[in-house]
Parts: sequence; structure tokens; C-alpha cells
Amino acid sequence: MKVFIYPTNSLILSDLVERFGHEPLAVMQEVGKKVRTQSLDSPPMNITPEDPKLGLKYAAVEVPSGVRGRMSLFDPLISNAEAAIIVRDPVVSFGCMGCARTNELVNFLIRAKKIPLLELDYPATEDEAKEFVYKISQFLKNLTAEGKK
Amino acid sequence: MSTENPVRIAELSCGVEYSGIQKEIESAVKQVNAVMVYPEVDIADIEAIEEEFGLKVASPDLKLMMARAKSIVTGRVHVDAVFVATCFRCAEAAIVRSEIRRYIHEKAGIPVISYSFTERTTAGTLLTRMEALTTTARRKSLLAREKQSGLTAGIDSGSTTTKAVVMKDNKIIGKGWVPTIKVIESAEEAYTNALKEAGVARSEIQALGTTGYGRFLIGEHFKADLVQEEITVNSKGAVYLADKQKGTATVLDIGGMDNKAISVIDGIPGMFTMGGICAGASGRFLEMTAKRLGVSITELGALAVKGKASNVKMNSYCIVFGIQSLVNSLAAGSAPEDVAAAACHSVAEQLFEQQLQEIDVKEPVIMCGGTALIEGLPKAMEELLKVKVIVPENAQYIGAVGAALLVSGFISK
Repeated sequence: MKVFIYPTNSLILSDLVERFGHEPLAVMQEVGKKVRTQSLDSPPMNITPEDPKLGLKYAAVEVPSGVRGRMSLFDPLISNAEAAIIVRDPVVSFGCMGCARTNELVNFLIRAKKIPLLELDYPATEDEAKEFVYKISQFLKNLTAEGKK
Repeated sequence: MSTENPVRIAELSCGVEYSGIQKEIESAVKQVNAVMVYPEVDIADIEAIEEEFGLKVASPDLKLMMARAKSIVTGRVHVDAVFVATCFRCAEAAIVRSEIRRYIHEKAGIPVISYSFTERTTAGTLLTRMEALTTTARRKSLLAREKQSGLTAGIDSGSTTTKAVVMKDNKIIGKGWVPTIKVIESAEEAYTNALKEAGVARSEIQALGTTGYGRFLIGEHFKADLVQEEITVNSKGAVYLADKQKGTATVLDIGGMDNKAISVIDGIPGMFTMGGICAGASGRFLEMTAKRLGVSITELGALAVKGKASNVKMNSYCIVFGIQSLVNSLAAGSAPEDVAAAACHSVAEQLFEQQLQEIDVKEPVIMCGGTALIEGLPKAMEELLKVKVIVPENAQYIGAVGAALLVSGFISK
């Protein structure tokens, strides 16, 4: 299944999803598509002033351009998500999502999709970390089982 | 091609790459022979910055901005100037932007400009700001000049009017002020008038400086010795005309198309903003108000002083809606003097609300440019700021005087 992850640039989450046989929907793929296009018009990520306009699909014009530009980048991830894992309050090194307003909107849209969703807090201790990985693995295994049905 | 070392400008921003305008910033910076620097920070710096800075924010990119600001202040990275930019309409970012600007300016003493952008921000919009930032960083010795010497001239090609002055031994000896119609022709006319009044021939002028919107075009036409943006030139012109060259000052210039609010220390800009999104806060709005009231722009100020702004509701950011309020209030029987006062108050209020929050307003407050002569405007500004506003003699020639003064530094070369 296509699994949306939050933070969307978390390498650990992305790796976990892949290990359990699913396809992680991570922002790195979208950035990769943009920078590997034939011409690099707008470094560093090739997001042009047209992208915030595409973000109008999710947020009105009075919403800051940075939010709308980010939303245009996340659009394919949100649209294609069949399941999702949202980690609440992660540390920066786990995966950094720059804009709090965008993050609120992205998480809301994922919740509103009514797809299988695992929401959990970022662990603070080693025991919590083990529990954290266990819950994610169980969630991903259940997705596999559901997929087979 | 310039042989000077590029000015190092630190970019502290949130959202520029996602708004698609990073390229525009880079382009503006390149045009003024500067390079953008992105101060390196560790993850530990980002994690600790809220506690150290004393400001808790939800967006990690804003934490990164604060960590980068600290990196500049502690000297981990060397930069000559700082550009702080966040998305227009983001409240959290506006708070961080403002505090970072103040923090760097106070602790590092380097010039800072803050800017809120949209996806429509272009290199052209940023150019004057970047030019001012690099000039302030690069030409401190030139900007330290307090007296004009020799026989020099300055031309300010503004969006509405073109002004020219001829100066000799620290005195204005000739002036010209004409509407800007065709940029070069209007500059020729203003310059000719100034030369005629001064009683000197063009060939006698030892150095010429140009500023304003048309500075590049007229600079090339007149083979100017100095072509300079209006932020630094106006700062210099304002403190010179007001005789406030030492210490702090705030310079306000409501122009035909945009407004400048500059926080000055010893005649050199420290923090500044240049507004230009909403025409309801421009000199153009006052021009249209005068036309609708059937008075000339030179009579509007005196009329406004007689009126009471609070009798008419007018505070639109948009020039069209502003005129609509004006027409409605006249139709409802408001007195023309009250309408004139309300128009002045509306423009002053918008400058106060939109721009003066971006700089530290320190006395004396000097109001310059042609609009400063509309008496109702400085009066409205005084009411809002609760401080005395100085309008120096020849306030409309601020740019031309600043250019003539600064260019006198080129005579000996």
C-alpha cells in the first residue's frame, strides 16, 4: 500500500515502511522529480512562482505563499495516500517540517481522508522507542494482511 | 565589471524556496555585486535556540532563522549585511522577523533589511533594497560625508516629479522641480532650471549624482559620477537638510509610488523598509484626493489642517476604495477640509501600521519628499506617533540634495 508518512522527509519512517513491503510516500520523491526535470529554472528545488498557485487547491490566496508552495509539493502525497503514519512532536533530526501552518493542514487533510491511520507521539525514552517501532511494525503488518484480503 | 569584493549578505528566511522566489533574490543580489550566505548551524543549535533567544515558535524553519541569527551575532560566520525575509501574512513569522532584525542590529551593528514576500516578488522589487543594503555595508566612508564641497549637482528622477539641485560649498544655489513625464526630458528640464537659477553652466559642474526610479537611465544620459538608490541618498539628504547628522533619526518619505521608512544612525541607514504594495498609502492617493476636491496638490495640506480627520471614515489600503470612501463622504455632506484631513490621516495611518512596525522609530522624526509639504500629512503623523515631526526647508529636494552631497566625495578622484 502507499503509506503517507509524517514528517514527510523522515528517512527512518520511510525505511520502516519499505521494510514491511509498502511504498512510502515521502517528500524526497517529489523534490527529486522537480530537480531532475530537464531544466533547473528555480533552484534549489525548482519550485517556481506557479507552484503556490497550484497550492490554491488546498488553501485560499490569503494563506502565505510558502504554505501554498509546500502544499503543491505535498499534493501527490496526500492524493495518493492509502494509509498514513503521523508522528507527533518529532525532534528536528527525525524529520523536519519547516512550517507549522502547513503541517497542521497536511495532518488535517490526512485525517479527513479516513484511511488507515497510526498517530503516535515521538518517543522520549528507550522503552518508548521500542514501543514506538513495535506499534509501527504492527500497523504495517496489519496493512499487509488487509491488502491480501 | 566591478573589481570590489562582493558584499556578503546573510539570508535568514522562511518560505522563499517554497514560494519560488529564491531565484529572484539571487538575481537581485548578483546585480549589486553581492553574494548570499547561509550561516551554518548545528542541529543542537536549532534545538537550543528557543530557550536562548527567549521566543518559542511552532515552525522549525523559524527556529533555524533564529539559530542563524545567533551564528552571526556570535561571530561564527562573517557577513556584511543581513536580509530577513518571511511570507507575507504569516503572523508567527512576522514576530520572529521583527525580533531577529532588532537582535542583529543591536548585537552585531550590521545593516539589516526585513521583507515580507509573496510569490509575485521579483528581482526588480528587491533591487533597490539590496542596492541600499550593499551601499550601506560597502560605502560607509562615502556615507559618512557631512558637508558638500565644490560645485556639484544632484538629480532625483521620481515616479511623480523630477527634482534637481546645484550646490556650491555646502549651499543650495539652484533648484528645479518638474512633473515626471518623459524621464530624460523631465530630468533635462529640472536640471536646466536648477543650473539657470544657480547661474552656472553645465560644463562647470564638477560632479553629478542621480537617484530615484529613473536613476540608471538619467545616470547614463548625463554620464553621472554617482548613480545611487534613494534609501541611502534620502537618508543623507534628510539629516543634512534637518541638520541632524549625528546620532539617531527616523526618515519618512511618502513617495508617489512607494514609501520609505528609514532608521538612521549618524546619517547612515541601519534598518529600513520600502512599501509599495498598496497604493492607498501613497502620494498618488493624495494627488487624486486633491483633484477630486478641486484644489491643487499644493493647497491640499492647508485645507487638511483646517479639517478634522475623525469626522470622515477613511482608512482603505486600496487607492480605489479610498477614493470611493472619499466620494461617499462628500456625497453624504462632509466638509472638504474634513475629507482632506481624513485622506492625510489615512495615508499616515497606513505608513504607521504597515511600515513603522518594521523599524525602530527614534527621534528626531524627519519627514521629507514632496508630500511632506502637504501640511496635513506631517500633522497626522505627529498625532499617530505622538512625537514632533520635523519638515526641513527644501524637503522635496531630499534626494537631489543627498545625491549632490554624496557625489562631492568624487571630485578629488
